[in-house]
This record gives sequence, C-alpha cells and structure tokens, in this order.
Amino acid sequence: MELPGLYNYWVVVFLMMAGFYVVISQGNLVKKLVGLGLFQASVFILYITVGKVSGGAAPIAVEGITSYSNPLPHVLILTAIVVGVATTAVGLALVVRIYEAYGSVEEDEIHAQDLVEDDISEDPPFTESEVGKQ
Amino acid sequence: MEHLPVLVVIIPLLTVPLCVLLDHPRLAWLAALASSWLSFAAAVGLVLQVSDTGPISYLLGSWEAPWGIEYRIDVLASYVLLIVTAMAALVLFAARESVRKDIPEARISRFYAAFMLAFAGLAGIVATGDAFNVFVFLEISSLATYALISMGKDRRALSAAFNYLVMGTIGATFILIGIGFLYMMTGTLNMADLAARLPEVADTRTVRAGFAFLAVGIGLKLALFPLHLWLPNAYAYAPCSVTAFLAATATKVAVYLLLRFMLQIFGLDFSLVLMPLDTLLLVLGLIGILSASMVAVYQGNIKRMFAYSSVAQIGYMVLGVGLATTTGITSAILHLFNHALMKGALFLALGGIAYRIGSTTIQDFSGLGRTMPWTMAGIVLGGLSLIGIPSTVGFISKWYLVLATLEEGLWPVALLVLIGSILAVVYIWKLVEAAYFGTPEGNPEIKEAPLSMLVPMWALVGANIYFGIHTDLSVGLASRAAAVLTGGAG
Amino acid sequence: MLIAIAAIRLRDLFAVVMLFGIYSLLTAALFMNLDAVDVAFTEAAVGAGVTTVLMLSALHLTRRWEDEPRHNPLLPLLVVTITGAVLIYATLDAPLLGDASAPVHQHVAPRYIEKGPQEVGMPNMVTAVLASYRGYDTFGETVVIFTAGLAVMLLLGIQEGPQAHRGRNAIGDQVVLKVVVKLLIPLILMYGLYVHFHGDFGAGGGFQAGVIFAAGFVLYDLVFGEGQARAVIPPNWLHRLAALGVLIYGGVGVVSLLQGRPFLDYSVLAHDPVHGQHLGVLLVELGVGITVFSVVLSIFYALSGRRRQS
Repeated sequence: MELPGLYNYWVVVFLMMAGFYVVISQGNLVKKLVGLGLFQASVFILYITVGKVSGGAAPIAVEGITSYSNPLPHVLILTAIVVGVATTAVGLALVVRIYEAYGSVEEDEIHAQDLVEDDISEDPPFTESEVGKQ
Repeated sequence: MEHLPVLVVIIPLLTVPLCVLLDHPRLAWLAALASSWLSFAAAVGLVLQVSDTGPISYLLGSWEAPWGIEYRIDVLASYVLLIVTAMAALVLFAARESVRKDIPEARISRFYAAFMLAFAGLAGIVATGDAFNVFVFLEISSLATYALISMGKDRRALSAAFNYLVMGTIGATFILIGIGFLYMMTGTLNMADLAARLPEVADTRTVRAGFAFLAVGIGLKLALFPLHLWLPNAYAYAPCSVTAFLAATATKVAVYLLLRFMLQIFGLDFSLVLMPLDTLLLVLGLIGILSASMVAVYQGNIKRMFAYSSVAQIGYMVLGVGLATTTGITSAILHLFNHALMKGALFLALGGIAYRIGSTTIQDFSGLGRTMPWTMAGIVLGGLSLIGIPSTVGFISKWYLVLATLEEGLWPVALLVLIGSILAVVYIWKLVEAAYFGTPEGNPEIKEAPLSMLVPMWALVGANIYFGIHTDLSVGLASRAAAVLTGGAG
Repeated sequence: MLIAIAAIRLRDLFAVVMLFGIYSLLTAALFMNLDAVDVAFTEAAVGAGVTTVLMLSALHLTRRWEDEPRHNPLLPLLVVTITGAVLIYATLDAPLLGDASAPVHQHVAPRYIEKGPQEVGMPNMVTAVLASYRGYDTFGETVVIFTAGLAVMLLLGIQEGPQAHRGRNAIGDQVVLKVVVKLLIPLILMYGLYVHFHGDFGAGGGFQAGVIFAAGFVLYDLVFGEGQARAVIPPNWLHRLAALGVLIYGGVGVVSLLQGRPFLDYSVLAHDPVHGQHLGVLLVELGVGITVFSVVLSIFYALSGRRRQS
C-alpha cells in the first residue's frame, strides 16, 4: 500500500465529512443546504479521482494520443452536478417559504413553533443527529 | 409489445410536459389519468409477458448492456410495477375532487405534472437494470415528492418537506457513494454485470464499505427504524391524495431496491453471511414494529397514526427479508403488495373524510359512523386487514411471516409479531370507538364522501378481501420472485 | 479544505455562500487537473455561478445572520467520525490514483475510448457517452432539472408580466456598468451558442450552453433592474419552453420507437447510422439546453421577484 496514491482519497473523505457535519449539526436551514452542497461536491471529486489515468489526456480524441482518462465517471458526475443544483434550488425555495411562514430559518425555533401548534404534542423531540447511525 | 418495459415509464414521463403545456386543471387531470391507466395496462402486459418468457431485457438506444443502459424486468420488477401503476391509476381517479379543494386553481395542472413525475420516477427505479440510472430516477421522484408534500395546507408541510429533502438527499448521496465504490472495484454499472463481477472482489474493504453505504442510504429512503424520522410529518401534512400514493408506493419501491441490491447484486451469501445484515434487519425490524406501533396508539391525528403504522409495517417487511429464507422473503414481497392495498384504501378513505370535515383528528371522528357510513366501513375493513383478521390480505402476509419465523425456530420473534398485531387492534379500536360510539358534535350536515372518491377506495377494500381469499395470484408471484432472488443470484 | 472549515465556523451566511462559491471554483480547477474538462466547465458554471446567485437571492429573502448554535455538537461529530472511518477503511483497498490497471479502466470504459469516436461520430467521448451510450441517463437529468423548475414554481408561484416590480434595481444606476454589460451580453450569448455547437469537438454541450445563456439574462436583469429581462422573456413563457425542451428530447426517443427501434436509438434518424447518431445528439443537446436555460432563469425570476417579507 503506497500512501501517496491514497492521499487524494483521504483529503476527499475529510471534505466529505466536513460537509456532512454541517448538514447534521447546523440548525440554520441555509447552512444545511450549503453543507449538502459541500458533501455532494466532495463525492463528485471522489468519482473524478477514480477516472484519472496517470499520463492520460482529457477524453477528447486527438490524433497521436492513445491514453485518455476514463470518460464514464465524467458523464456520471455531469449528471450528478445537475441533480445537486436541482436539489439546492428546491431546498432554497422551501427555505424562502418556511421563512415566510415561520419568520425564521432556524430549525430549533421552527420546531418549537410546531410543538405549540400540535394539539397533542407527545412527539419525541426531533433530533436530526440520529440520522446517520449505522 | 417489445417496447412495454420503456413504455411503462415513458408514458407518464411524457405526460408531464403535456400537463404543463395544457395548463388547464381538468385537461391536465384527464391526461394524467389516461396515461396512468395506459401505464397500468403496460404493467399488466409485462406481468403476463414475464411469466410467459422469463426476464425481459430492453436495451435503451440499442447499446449492449454494460455500455448502454438496460431495462430489465423480472418477476419481482413486473410485480412491483403492477403495484405502483395500479396505485397511481386509482389514486388519480380519486384525486380530482380533493385536489380541487386542497390546491389553488392556478397550480393544479403543475401539481398533476409533479405527481406524474413522482410516479414515473418510481416506475423508472423499478424497471432499470443500471445502478446509476437508479440514482437519477430516484432523484426525479424525490424532488417531485418534496414539492408535492410542501403543497399541504398546514405550514408544517413546509418544514416536513424540508426535513425530507435533507434526509432524502443524504440518503441519495450515500447511495451515490456506494455505487461509486462498486464501480471503482468492478468497472461496471450494469446490475447483472455487477452481480457477475462482484464475487471476485467481494473480499475487499472497498466493496464492504460500499455495501454499508448502500444499506444506510436505502434505509433512509425506506424509513427503516431508526432512520424513519422524516416520514410521519411528511405523510401527516402532505395533501391526502399525495399521502395515499406515497404510502402505497414510495416505501415499497425502497424495499424493492433493498431486495435488488442486497440479494441480487451482492447475493445472499455476501449480504447475509459475510455481512451481518440479516441480524441487523431482524432486530431493527422488530424494534420498528413495536416502537412505531406504540407511538401510533398515542397519536391524535389519524393521518399521523397511520403514518407511524406504516413505519411499523415496513418493519414487518424488513423482518421478512432479515429471516433470509425463501419463505421469509416471500412474506416480505407479499406484504409489499398487501400493505399497498391496505394503506391505499385507508389513506383514500381519510382523504374522503378530510374532504368533508376538513380535519383528521380523532375528536372530529365522533359520530362519523353514522354520517359517513360507507367511508367509515371502508376504514374499518382496511383496519381489520391491517390487524390481520382471517379472510383479509393482512392475515395472509402475517401468516407467511409467522410461518417463516417458526421454520427458523424463532418463536419469540413470532410472538413479538403477534404483539405488534395486538397494538394495531388498540389503535384501530380507538378509531372505531370514536366513529361509532361517539356522539356527533354539532354539524349534522356532514355528507358521505363524493362517489369519485368512494369507488377507488372500495375497489381497494374489495381487493383487500379478494386477495385475502384468493391468494393464487399474489402468493404465486411473490413466491416465484422470492425463489429467483434466493436461488438465481450468485 | 480550509475553506470548508471556515464555512463551518462562520455565522455570516453571506460569507458562507461566497466561500462556497470559491470552493466550487477550486473544485473545478481540481477537475481540470484530473482531465475532466467537461465536468470542470459545468462545476464552474453551476457550482460557482448558478448556485451562488440562487443562494444569494434566497438570502436576500430571508436573513443574513445565523443564530448562536444551540446543539450539542458531540453526537453529530460521532456520526461523522464513524462515517469517515468507514470511508477511510474503504479506501485502503481502493486502486491508487491514476493507476491505469484499475478495474474501472479495464471493463466498460475502453470501448468508449476506442470505438466512441467512430460509433457516434464525434471526438469528445464525454459527449458521446453522455448523449448516446447513456443518453437515457441524460434524459433523466433533463427531467430532474425540469422537476426542480416545476417544484420551485409550485412553491413560489410565477410572477406574471413585467409590470410586477418595475424599476427596482439591484445595483443602482451606474452608467459605466450598464454600457459594459450591454457590450458583454451579446458576447455571452454568442459564447453560449459556441459552447452548444462545439460540444461535439471540445468541452461543452447543451447543459453548459443553457447555463451560460441564462447567466447572460441574469446579468442583464441584475444591472438594468428587475423587470427588464422579464420584458424580453416573460416568466410564464419560460416554463412552457422548459416543457418544450423535455418534449424535444423525449420526442427523439419516440421517433425511434415509432421506427420500431428501442427508445433513443438515434441511428434511425438518418440513412447512415453514424449520421443519425450525430443528428440525435445534436437534437437532444438542444432539448437539454432549452430546458436548462429556461429553468435556471425561471428559478432566478421566482427567487428575485419575490418581495422580502419581514
């Protein structure tokens, strides 16, 4: 196992987890979306890393070059980027509507307002952090 | 006929731009309804074709499988497609009146467009034989679903939709990571190809981690306990017709994905022997059944009560999968179908009640047994099926599940399953008590739900009883699909 | 990496969004370095461009400052650490960076590289795979974008007509800026067209072109005040355009179906299969471009046209 070859992955993992942490720990809805963006963008880097061939060229056929990087991950990530921005857009629209309805974009405040409204508020307190338990 | 696999998905998908271009509430509804019935017809055709000739492979754009994207319909896929398309067709039939009341008129045609997108996305997930294509269609249906949930009248629908968006996106990203790892180790995205190439590299840590990410990601979409927190509010505050459709289909498709990935791509040996997935599913399934049923008992909002009950029912399915025997998986697949029938009927009935009295809290149920006799009778029959009374579908799935646990000698598990049923008796009884023995408060002008809502609901109630007595079709398909999953995959 | 940490710490949401934009640009640079030119192009246009503009518009409608965090960060930290550990564990057996003998480069990919240019008739393999081999994924992608547009319209509604908020100007009256932008916009639109039709040979394609086109209009709108761009393309036309884009893409597929071939088989579109492929790719890219352009622009309209409520 050579460390330098894996180093790139580890940086990606760190970035991914930074994004994931923002998503599950932050109470601000906009920041959650930024976190999701970070998380997804890091996954994209993971895929593109996989497609790289040392000494390869960008996958556009040019005479005289025989070694190209793998085009398939690029295609997948193009699609994934689009999916990501679509999700962000829908999320932002929801945030705007939530702000108009609740006057806040903080998860705690919104949840507190919800509890008051519930006729019978026997719900266990909502903890986002239980999400990622494996 | 050879194009049926793609038609199931493409018909609803191409109705979407049509709905938007028409921009007329009634025409949009008609177009959506027509295309969902066409799609249902295509699904019926597929079931027949698959049982005649075996699995169908359809090459999109004519590129051979590992290079292009393949649609692959086997017994299980055709069976799940049948459920999804049938539910869409019935729910749309009932939806017109309640949508007209719930959604501002200017947005109705776009609402139907989003509905069709959610439907087409689910159908696409089931039909495809390509791992990345799953992700794409998953996102189509999810994005449409977030929008649909947020259309609920209560402002809590907005926060519920946002929570679902965050959790759903985390789930989808986990699935993406999992697929990425598998691709990294095998170089292919086609499911059959993956299944063939995985055993070679099954021993690597990368594949195992990929498996873990897929399991958690699907678990999130499945609302598997303890990842279910998004579901109750999402179901409770979404418009009724949306809840009916989602409850009957969305989690079912997630169960399908679980079966597809865990049993067919990784193979029974890898998933259940090498990785301790079976025990995990067994335990989580049981906790899910018991805790969600308990919480359901204390709910004052009936929609939310049934939402928790859905979490519990997912527990039954997962439990069946966790048993890892042919009978266990048969019971899971069977319950997939049966639960769609029950919850479809129940949520449609609730839709009728919400349409007339504008509320679904238990207090408002007082006396409904007299004012809305047909709707309440439907709820009672659906509830009996949920409990698992003989001669309903609920009994059939419980029967197979208990049989499967006893086969394995796990009688404490069987006992716990029965306790789950008793809890269901408790919460259904609360409803019945209010509706039939409570005194109607005030408004005597409550009328029976409109006929367009009663007919599809009673069609489902009838199916609950029909398939509870004539089990050949559902049990036959389910056991064949289970046999393929446990025997056919490497 | 530092930027990601900063994004966690900062509570000024405006700065967070800006940092996110910078992060996207850096990611794009990294993609360039890893030979993924098309992806880099898209990430720069989408991550750094579209997402940032949309987020800023949304911030404008909500609040800039975040509250003090009240959550206990231990549990999330634990979850993240476990997940990260699994990921690191996974990479231990992963192929090394740039290793040409990794399975990814052995099984499916060689065909795209070796035969792609002949079978589909264009040198850019990414475009060939995107629009033909995996054209159905791209159809799905177009639908995803359309879904997002539809969802935003359902949530925020459409502002009808240009008279909605005439005269409100985001930046203020600056003559120099206006002149510069007036000169720039035709260039941007030209560039968008170039990117669109050059996608077969170089980096680019319908998606990127759509984004660039939309960016031109967004710029116009920002500088000349809201309502100006709306006068050129009214919002209620946009979602019809978006639907049209999806129909074009799907229509190509239906034509193949009608010819008795599988969905999206382009080879029937002309007598010569390779020619058909070329035509098919061009048409579907057009569909993608139209949908992307109109959805991005209409989401921008929807967010920017909404009055801030306090």
